[in-house]
Amino acid sequence: MAILLSARDVTKRFGGLTAVNKLNVNIEENSIHSIIGPNGAGKTTFFNCVTGFYRHDEGTVLFKGEPLDGMQPDRITREGIARTYQNIRLFQNMTVIENVMVGFQSHLTSGWIGAVFHTRKQREEEKLAVEEARKMLGFVGLAGRGDWMSKNLPYGDQRRLEIGRALATSPDLLLLDEPAAGMNPAETADLMEFIKRLRAELGITILLIEHHMQVVMGISDLVTVMDFGEKIAEGTPREVQNDPHVIEAYLGRGATENGPA
Amino acid sequence: MKSASKFSWMTPVTTGLIGGVVALFLSLVGIVEASLGRYVITGILSMGQVFLLAVYAIFAVQAAQKATPEHGEKAPVYRTLACAAIAGLMISIVLALLVVVGEQIDLRGVFIHATPVLYDLLTFGLGVPQGIFVLLGFGLLMGILFGVLVLLPKALRKSIGVGLIAVPVLSVTYSALFAGRGLQLPVAIAVFVISAVAIFLWDRFEKPIRTRSQALPSGQQRTMRLGVWVLAGLFVLALPLLGSYPSEVLVITGIFVLMGLGLNIVVGYAGLLDLGYVAFFAIGAYVMAIFTSPEITWFPIHTSFWVALPFAVLTAMLAGAILGIPVLNMRGDYLAIVTLGFGEIIRLVALSDWLKPLIGGSNGITQIPKPTTFGLAFDNPQKLYYIVVIGCVIAAFIATRLKYSRLGRNWMAIREDEDVAQAMGIDLVRNKLLAFATGAALSGLAGAIFASKLTSIYPHSFNLLVSINVLAVIIVGGLGSIPGVIIGAVALVGLPELLREFAEYRLLVYGAVLVFMMLRRPEGLLPEARRKLELHEMSPDVAE
Repeated sequence: MAILLSARDVTKRFGGLTAVNKLNVNIEENSIHSIIGPNGAGKTTFFNCVTGFYRHDEGTVLFKGEPLDGMQPDRITREGIARTYQNIRLFQNMTVIENVMVGFQSHLTSGWIGAVFHTRKQREEEKLAVEEARKMLGFVGLAGRGDWMSKNLPYGDQRRLEIGRALATSPDLLLLDEPAAGMNPAETADLMEFIKRLRAELGITILLIEHHMQVVMGISDLVTVMDFGEKIAEGTPREVQNDPHVIEAYLGRGATENGPA
Repeated sequence: MKSASKFSWMTPVTTGLIGGVVALFLSLVGIVEASLGRYVITGILSMGQVFLLAVYAIFAVQAAQKATPEHGEKAPVYRTLACAAIAGLMISIVLALLVVVGEQIDLRGVFIHATPVLYDLLTFGLGVPQGIFVLLGFGLLMGILFGVLVLLPKALRKSIGVGLIAVPVLSVTYSALFAGRGLQLPVAIAVFVISAVAIFLWDRFEKPIRTRSQALPSGQQRTMRLGVWVLAGLFVLALPLLGSYPSEVLVITGIFVLMGLGLNIVVGYAGLLDLGYVAFFAIGAYVMAIFTSPEITWFPIHTSFWVALPFAVLTAMLAGAILGIPVLNMRGDYLAIVTLGFGEIIRLVALSDWLKPLIGGSNGITQIPKPTTFGLAFDNPQKLYYIVVIGCVIAAFIATRLKYSRLGRNWMAIREDEDVAQAMGIDLVRNKLLAFATGAALSGLAGAIFASKLTSIYPHSFNLLVSINVLAVIIVGGLGSIPGVIIGAVALVGLPELLREFAEYRLLVYGAVLVFMMLRRPEGLLPEARRKLELHEMSPDVAE
């Protein structure tokens, strides 16, 4: 299978702290790939480097074979990478459907003149945007909630909306930052089904940061384990689970001596 | 959740004391005295007295409401009345103390408004011993009266309250517009009764009327809505009939509406706090002046208002975009400080000796002609008003269209969370500059009209206070809300223009109003409404 995203020796330093250190990761097209690791391992920093929110100090990130280094975040989104956030970041004082329409905006072209004079093109685009946004709400299970103020949605629905908003940009690669955080077991199970559906129905490649081992082990094709900014292991969920380095990172030195957990 | 808090007799005492301090403040600062000459009811009740009565009313009502503690049992009648009476008495006690102390020691060294006139007013002209008792008794009486008001059924209470507010508001507006001396007593009573009955009936029949109108076929509903708009339009067009002075006030208000609509795009939609907004107003005004005034010899085109107008707007727009570039990466407080600096720089440049040969320095530019169309000169406020109205309608139209477009949504996304907006593929540079430019263009339009209204402009007209005023207008009206801008401008620009004697208290009142709004109604008088998109437009064929 082709490689969609490839990080090569990506390094990000904050002053004296090396948050990500020579990280090499390849994400295969149409795969579900997880990154796990203890808190502070550099997972979210890596996401921020990929999406252009941080500039990495060394190394390069290739997306569909082209380097993304130095590109502005909005440009990277238009190239086909979308993300969600660890702590949900919706446009709180906008309605649910407007949130999705903002995600859809890069497919629209009309600007100031079109808006003021309601040109035919603008009207058609708006109609399309509303239709597409409605479809997206249906896809993420928020049909009928479109005119709610997004800050009034229950927690689980806010997660769905954030994913819906990211999907509205029509990404090839979706980065999910701890999507199961704060979810109960039933919601978590729903989420796992939903992520599988994303890949099956939309053909999207998914890169996932997650602490819920049930989710990671249940849906990932490949798992990368990070600790102190470095990749310490990579493989299928089964391989990673039995890797002594991983056990050490999670449980501390000594845990391995008593056999795998 | 709080447990049922217990009632304490200290509550009405404190409430009353706060009221007393407010009354004391109004008296000593001079607001009461300044408005003694303005009668609300001719020969009987002056504006100053109304202010003091309002303090009694507000705090007695509040004390009466607090007689029932939160989550507690409903207070017995006697307690509600007693609370209101205590509050009224406390206000009187504070004022009585002022009189007693003031009679012994001359306070005028510190408080220049602590005059015998004020003491006379507070003691009902009866002098110290008797007047004090009357004042205390009056406080008790007022307390009980407003306590009774609280105990009345809701519909009745609302009608009486609205009636009580309508009398001074109408009277002051009437007096200010037509140089009157307040309403005659029978007229005042009629106003009270009519407004009370009107509001009573409206409350009664609002719902049935609304349901009936919603049940109408959509064609008729549309006709009805159109009718309402036409009536509103006719009302706006008829306003200059009030006369020259009211039209003057309307023109000034309109100029602030225009600026407010522009700043609303920058601050309300895109969330970019711009404190230098007056800069574009000044640029619009100066371009208008340079293009039209015969005083300008170095640029002798001396064209008409209408030719100069697009240049004024475009120059302001360009300036908006150019000044926007350096602040693209700034947020919040930093942006506010830098833009504030821009505003001052433009004013100082206009004032400087360096540009004096070109734009007159502190002497400004004079002899700016009034607009003319086909030989018809817009030479008085009534006619100028229509130019302002046209400007406002165009601005409101543009602002509405932009708000409900891709651009408007992008702006709001930037306001909500700039980083996420960018991660949604929004080009921050482009969208922010468009916001700055659009806002600046409207401000430039306002400045151009302002210049030809005054026929002369001076750098000192373009100070920081203009920016602050416009900002206050949109905050009080409701950030992001277009009707809010109009209400805000009427409340903060129109009304103070009418009440000339309060000119020196204007900033004091602004401060009080802003603090009150932030505490009680942070979303503004007419908050921004979101358009329903999901269900509203579901299937137009079925819905219609």
